[in-house]
Amino acid sequence: MEQSTEQAAAGSAIEALARTIEARVSGVRRLPSLAQDLAFEAEADRLLEVCRALRDTPELRFEALMDVAGVDYLHHGREEWLTSGATRTGFSRGRELNAPPDPDMPGRFAVIYQLLSITHNARLRLRVICPETREPMVDSLVDVWSSANWFEREAFDLFGIVFRGHPDLRRLLTDYGFIGHPFRKDFPLIGNVETRYDPEKKRVVYEPVSIVPRVLAPKVIRHDNRYEPALKAPELPR
Amino acid sequence: MAQSTNDHPLAEIRNYTMNFGPQHPSAHGVLRLVLEMDGEVIQKADPHIGLLHRATEKLAESKPFNQSIGYMDRLDYVSMMCNEHAYVLAIEKLLGITPPERAQYIRVLFDEITRVLNHLMWLGAHALDIGAMTVFLLCFKEREELMDVYEAVSGTRMHATYYRPGGVYRDLPQSMPKYQPSKWRSRKEVERLNETRAGSMLDFIDAFAARFPASIADYETLLTDNRIWKQRTVNIGVVPPERALQLGFSGPMLRGSGVVWDLRKKQPYEVYERMDFDIPVGTNGDCYDRYLVRIEELRQSTRIIRQCVEWLRHNPGPVMIDDRKVRPPSREHMKGDMESLIHHFKFFTEGYEVPAGETYAAVEAPKGEFGIYLVSDGANKPYRLKCRAPGFAHLAALEEMVRGHMLADVVAVIGTQDIVFGEVDR
Repeated sequence: MEQSTEQAAAGSAIEALARTIEARVSGVRRLPSLAQDLAFEAEADRLLEVCRALRDTPELRFEALMDVAGVDYLHHGREEWLTSGATRTGFSRGRELNAPPDPDMPGRFAVIYQLLSITHNARLRLRVICPETREPMVDSLVDVWSSANWFEREAFDLFGIVFRGHPDLRRLLTDYGFIGHPFRKDFPLIGNVETRYDPEKKRVVYEPVSIVPRVLAPKVIRHDNRYEPALKAPELPR
Repeated sequence: MAQSTNDHPLAEIRNYTMNFGPQHPSAHGVLRLVLEMDGEVIQKADPHIGLLHRATEKLAESKPFNQSIGYMDRLDYVSMMCNEHAYVLAIEKLLGITPPERAQYIRVLFDEITRVLNHLMWLGAHALDIGAMTVFLLCFKEREELMDVYEAVSGTRMHATYYRPGGVYRDLPQSMPKYQPSKWRSRKEVERLNETRAGSMLDFIDAFAARFPASIADYETLLTDNRIWKQRTVNIGVVPPERALQLGFSGPMLRGSGVVWDLRKKQPYEVYERMDFDIPVGTNGDCYDRYLVRIEELRQSTRIIRQCVEWLRHNPGPVMIDDRKVRPPSREHMKGDMESLIHHFKFFTEGYEVPAGETYAAVEAPKGEFGIYLVSDGANKPYRLKCRAPGFAHLAALEEMVRGHMLADVVAVIGTQDIVFGEVDR
């Protein structure tokens, strides 16, 4: 009982915060989320303005940016393996994968910011969708929160999202001279190149990978009634 | 020659660039720093990271949820269970399940044991980096005991994979493994070593927690008022509180600057709100204050450990939620009936589906806020997993912290940040 009243109190605090944001910050809309979380989406062209408001409004004071995550929604909600007909025909061996989706689909890339307010002990998840898919680009937040610097470099490196106005947008985690953006869904898990020492050339050489990609545990989405309420509650982000 | 020296006075000597690491013992693993120096003074520091990048987040996208718990241990490999904790918390939030009370206490107990493990490693390595050898040996002596606890509960000394969504893998064992006499250890010595190992694991942890404050006092005797230690740490790497927030600091790095912020108190998870402990904070935000904060955290963790042991002694119960979706059938059932065998097979090959949605779960790991941002699209694998590693934000601030300091202070600052590359590079 005690816990449920506590949860209710926390829930009403989150609702109050959501109302404050809706009243004081323009250019955002609320996203469905778990009851303990609070999520908003900012319009890409007003991102800087939104973030300054979130940081400087006295009732909000999101003074720390804890995390920036790039997301590639290319395969979102798509299973690798169809399970619905399986009772009659049996499963395939997982070799016939579903056809790949269109890599230029709109709204493929998004950036998710985790904000923290120490003053009001509140968290907020802010999402912005990159307007272009071929050249995903959003404004850099380095001027608002210094911690954005490396987080944005990481998202650029792994997803190829460009942050407009970033002072030093270089690759961060991948190797010197790496080609491609490895966390994109169309980048193979095993990579594109492998290295070995070539005794004739007396140096390490890069070659195309010799491993054949395969799926060990297929991604499966079950549409049984067990998951119905869960699937209804948070509307899919896509 | 003399003529040319006159033509080019000293003022025209340019900065020079120095490469530090990735094979330097004080680089804490594989940090490569490109330093631009004016004599001994750092003008610019450019950390090159990624030499330990293993794409953990991408790997997790290709596996059912439970199979990535073990990868979490390998992120920050000196605070293993705390990483697991954030990951299982995120899954539990999406599934909407809560582990049984006893499992929550066990998790808090092991989070704090992990904090002690981490801080001992940090203290030993930091002291060694800036010139004190003995502390390292003393710390590792105590660390060994706690490693044995890890081993007794999970079977491995480091990469435990002990936390599971819905609880922990198994209950605490009733006995501790004992030393055996050998060519190198006499019977008498073995008896002394086994003294605290006669009872259950809780007895062993309790004995450790009773003895440990004296060891902390020993470390403090060696360091706190030590002149060399103070010369190397006081006023080195000062971060004012507002900059610490701007830079995304968390944990002891933030508290060292005087910001009272601890997720265990402010956003309590599991049973932390029932624990009685204090949050130490610094005043100057220098390396010395962060040292004092961490030393005090060792004491506070010991307090929490004792409270957990006390509760766990008197409250037996299940350590895993009774939900057949996230918990495999027992061995007996699996061997006994067909349905359980099928269930077991499906559980370990396909896993369980997590409802679509996204969430962020954070724990107060020893180094700061370790968070997991998890996106699920309703499948049996995470759609996207992002680990928010505290060390990543701290290392990003390295340049700001070392600019204007001497070369030797870089080592002190790397030490005070408690950098572990497993989590920075992921």
